[in-house]
Amino acid sequence: MSQLAAVESPRWVRIGLIPLLQLVLALAVSSLVVLMIGEDPIRAFKIMIHGAISTEFGGLSNTLYYATNFIFTGLAVAVAFHAGLFNIGGEGQAYVAGLAVALVCLTLDSTLNVWFIAPLVVIGCAAFGALWGVIPGYLQAKRGSHIVVTTIMFNFIATALMSYALVVWISPLGGNSTDSRYWASDAVIPKVHELAPSLGFEASFSLLSPVLLVALACCALVWILIWRTRLGFAIRTVGSNPNAATYAGINANRVIIITMAISGALAGMMAFNEAYAAQGRLILNFTSGFGFMGIAVALMGRNHPFGIVLAALLFGALYQGGTELQFEIPSISPQMVLVIQGLVVFFTGALDRLIREPVEAVFQRRAIANANAAVAGGN
Amino acid sequence: MTAPAIELKSINKRFGPVWANRDIDLKVMPGTVHGIVGENGAGKSTLMSILYGFYTADTGQILVNGQHINIQNSQQAIAAGIGMVHQHFMLVEPFTVLENVMLGMEGQGLLARAQSKARKALNEIASRYGLDIDPDAIVGDLPVGLQQRVEILKALYRGAKILILDEPTSVLTPQETGQLFNILESLRSQGVTVLLITHKLREIMAITNHVSVMRAGKMVAHRDTDRTNPEELAELMVGRKVLLKVDKRPACPGENRMTVNKVGYVDDRGVKRLKDISFSLRSGEILGVAGVTGNGQSELMKILTGALQPSTGSVSLETGAGVHVLKVGEWPDAGQMRDYGMGHVPEDRLQQGVVKSFDASENAILGYHNKEEYGSPLLKPENIVNATLELMEAYDVRPQLPSLKTANFSGGNQQKLVLAREMMKEPDILIIGQPTRGVDIGAIEFIHRNLIAARDKGAAVLLVSVELDEILSLADRIIVMNDGAITGEVVASETNETELGVLMTSTADADAPVFEDKGHSGKYEKKEEAAA
Amino acid sequence: MDMFDQLFSLLGASIRMATPLIFAAMAGIYSERSGIVDIGLEGKMLFGAFAAAVVSFETGNPFFGLLGGIAICILLSLMHGFASVKMRGDQVISGLAVNFLASGLTVTLGHAWYSQGGLTPALTNAQRFTGITLPGAEWLGENIPVIGPLYEQVISGHNILVYVAFGVVALTYWVLFNTRFGLRLRATGEEPNAVDSAGISVAWVRYRAVIIAGVLCGFAGTYLSIAQNAAFQREMTSGRGYIALAAVIFGKWHPRGALAACLLFGFLQALETRVQNVEIPMIGELPSQLFSAIPYIITVVLLAGFIGKAIAPKAVGVPYVKER
Repeated sequence: MSQLAAVESPRWVRIGLIPLLQLVLALAVSSLVVLMIGEDPIRAFKIMIHGAISTEFGGLSNTLYYATNFIFTGLAVAVAFHAGLFNIGGEGQAYVAGLAVALVCLTLDSTLNVWFIAPLVVIGCAAFGALWGVIPGYLQAKRGSHIVVTTIMFNFIATALMSYALVVWISPLGGNSTDSRYWASDAVIPKVHELAPSLGFEASFSLLSPVLLVALACCALVWILIWRTRLGFAIRTVGSNPNAATYAGINANRVIIITMAISGALAGMMAFNEAYAAQGRLILNFTSGFGFMGIAVALMGRNHPFGIVLAALLFGALYQGGTELQFEIPSISPQMVLVIQGLVVFFTGALDRLIREPVEAVFQRRAIANANAAVAGGN
Repeated sequence: MTAPAIELKSINKRFGPVWANRDIDLKVMPGTVHGIVGENGAGKSTLMSILYGFYTADTGQILVNGQHINIQNSQQAIAAGIGMVHQHFMLVEPFTVLENVMLGMEGQGLLARAQSKARKALNEIASRYGLDIDPDAIVGDLPVGLQQRVEILKALYRGAKILILDEPTSVLTPQETGQLFNILESLRSQGVTVLLITHKLREIMAITNHVSVMRAGKMVAHRDTDRTNPEELAELMVGRKVLLKVDKRPACPGENRMTVNKVGYVDDRGVKRLKDISFSLRSGEILGVAGVTGNGQSELMKILTGALQPSTGSVSLETGAGVHVLKVGEWPDAGQMRDYGMGHVPEDRLQQGVVKSFDASENAILGYHNKEEYGSPLLKPENIVNATLELMEAYDVRPQLPSLKTANFSGGNQQKLVLAREMMKEPDILIIGQPTRGVDIGAIEFIHRNLIAARDKGAAVLLVSVELDEILSLADRIIVMNDGAITGEVVASETNETELGVLMTSTADADAPVFEDKGHSGKYEKKEEAAA
Repeated sequence: MDMFDQLFSLLGASIRMATPLIFAAMAGIYSERSGIVDIGLEGKMLFGAFAAAVVSFETGNPFFGLLGGIAICILLSLMHGFASVKMRGDQVISGLAVNFLASGLTVTLGHAWYSQGGLTPALTNAQRFTGITLPGAEWLGENIPVIGPLYEQVISGHNILVYVAFGVVALTYWVLFNTRFGLRLRATGEEPNAVDSAGISVAWVRYRAVIIAGVLCGFAGTYLSIAQNAAFQREMTSGRGYIALAAVIFGKWHPRGALAACLLFGFLQALETRVQNVEIPMIGELPSQLFSAIPYIITVVLLAGFIGKAIAPKAVGVPYVKER
């Protein structure tokens, strides 16, 4: 035993049981809110679950559509987290990336078809998002300004910039006062329900498009980046121990800047799904909090791409279920999902220790008891 | 017979499975300086934290002046007349001396009157004990020695009759240490009881009346200082005869590997941390760097390993990777230094050597992660794990689990992992800081043997250590640093602790001021003008 | 005189715009000076606004509304305090949680109770804080040139909370720099070890700080919903909490500096609504969006150290753990 300084609780406890308990706690408190407004939480959750997974009215598809957005913004937050950076700017990064969608589509959608436009839009979204992320990254690395504050400020600067761009430049080219015109239909990725007949199945209307596959590919890429590349190794070193990074010859400033570019690019990809594929035009405030949702997703998913997919599905289901809920129980606003989001962030993030410490203590005690028994047996 | 100022009876304190203090008994007589020595991790700091109410003992009794008292928090300790000067100062840097002293003892809700009262009391204490200080100076602008004085004043202002000093000299220059000891003398003559926690035997011999020795959480001996000697204390501290000489053949130095030429470093605050350091290092020798902590060794190590840019000077390296002349402005980073054929074990492994949350295998390649052998273009976990197993095998790292989180290894095993990482690559130059800090005896011998083996294979080894024993037994040549300069060079086999001790406290050149800090003291003066 | 009239009405509007910022910025100063980052100003303010509107509507008394707003904000503060102090959680995450929760709960509850899509019912003047004409304002405004109208339009005529806001700034300054509590608060944000070793409870200082921040956010929210406006609207804080945070940074965590920043930002907001479609000689029409972005831009520039340097309290955002 003397070689060991501490004993860790099992992996399934750390990344499975504990987040699950935290989620249960968040949902329990949300149920209290439902009770408070005089409705039955069990019934509400049933309706939400049904609404989220039913295939009849595109419920499941829309859940996946929301999840697509959340995967992008969740990955953005997670990549930055690995470098010890808290990127709250996903909202702004995604919003500015919407400008790239408009630039590409407004100039080229009459001349090029989807096969050429889509890659250009991806590049544009990633580039604009990266730009909006890299500036705070640069300021953190070179000027020491705190990334949290800078990214918050950049969200608001993005809001002002985009509202100016939309009102002054983009909406005059067609569309109404605060939105762009629709992109030409053969320049936009078709949605799943549009593709379905040619693939031999029927699907009801939803905003889901094959961009989901791009999101899943990004998950795989992020996993490779973080755990299989030298850059990922450097990112995690900088995030966990900047001093050790210096001694390992890792330039922390460079890593911070690169990480924020990647993070911003991932956030920007949300515009690819939302402003390009799903809505087919640029709408004022189209990000509508999806960027912030990335924080909850990353926390819940423990900054791991696989966890992020699960968390994104969960929140996608809550979003979709929430919209369904308002038809069945009109007194519950769809904004209820924000309450759940807040509680999840609170219990998985800020109050992590509340659940983690007692649960881990139980398993540690068991592990130590086992080890002692083993030692005694060995003697 | 007078009651002891402090009496501890069978104090026990556990942190999880670790006994930090076990059945501790201690008597400290009033008006004396009582030393407590022990190695790092022997439980000295925990014991003092219990006395000062930072921790509560699991069991045991505390008596102050013969009275049983219950110390649950610092406030109760203060009320019992106990004051503490922590190793890391507990000072609010943007506050003035006066504000720092009165914090927690304001006496009333409004500051104006509290301040004038405090000022009077502070002046009184300062003159009684000879602790001159400007009460309106901003603490952050004061040199370390004066900041420590503020800490002492804080304790006295709180009516401390018993003063605990935790490793007070680790951050002081020799001159400041001298001043501190004068202050302690003056406190003793005024009837203050002083508890001095240290691992430096010289200080114990110089100032204390009595000394208690701790080892592995237990109190192993009490002695009157004039009836003991450093050798006996050292033996008590480590629990057996200190290994004085490691079994080694005489060095046969080969070609020059590294030439350090007039390297100097001025830090952000304008303090000269290194002054014209020059030496050379040859293959097949161990060059020891001796000195009190904080005399420029850390900066020197950082510069030589690429973690810090020097302000002046140059270094030339002649290794298997070719000849490289390093100049200010184009200083390589740690990764390039490794490419130039240098391995290094940083002084503080948790801060600099490893990432605690990483798997052991990930730390086993940290710094070498760009090498192609770990997979290309992507990292290959099996290559990394196999390489780690090799390291673990060779350096007896236990448990041999590459996937175990590094934080879960004991200190000695973490250190062995770092040493294995740096030494198994057989670099031409090895820079090693405090190789055995916080490492158990068994591992120490192992590490020492491996350092000698590396030397005999032709490595040029620079060994920085605050443990004189270690330097004396391992090094072939020794340079001594004090106040950022080299104060002497000696041959290890022809010197002894006394000679090193003299060099460690002498200055390089007589006219060099200790605190040469133009910009900084200028600021301090300006503040004074503004206040006046 | 027309130019003066316009200027004075602009200044008067600036003060009204600055008022919620001032309350929130002072809240931020108490919290951050004690070492607790407060990203949650926005959410507290929002929930405070909602609670004030609801209570005032239900009771008919704006003072009860104020108390309701304060009570809710204290609750949210304690939640943030519990996460930050007791649970040693990430303070930024906790603050964000407060904001999300406030965004969601205000609309959810408002929607359930009043079925107006999250709005609360319109309040009558009796249920609001309305303007107060200071003694002699009318007479001075008519009879004394320049100074009179200045008094009448800029200084007089605001609701009581505006005057309270300025009082709070003075009070905050006094508390921070002239009281024992202020000394301890500032010390806690810089060097909690020093505070602990002086026998003062770091946790208690921090809890008190966040409670005060809650009270002040309650004022800020109340002002928005039942003084400046006559109902609660969804997301009616629209970033004011963050602007207040920017003002705290811009004011270098000092009440005087933060007040100046709030007045500047309030002025910009007042200007924003007035420059639309106004041609400015030489420059042309300035986009109103520029004005809404300026507070954020200059905060970024300041934080980057391009103009002066904002140095935060040293221990801000760091949970206090006793050293071993």
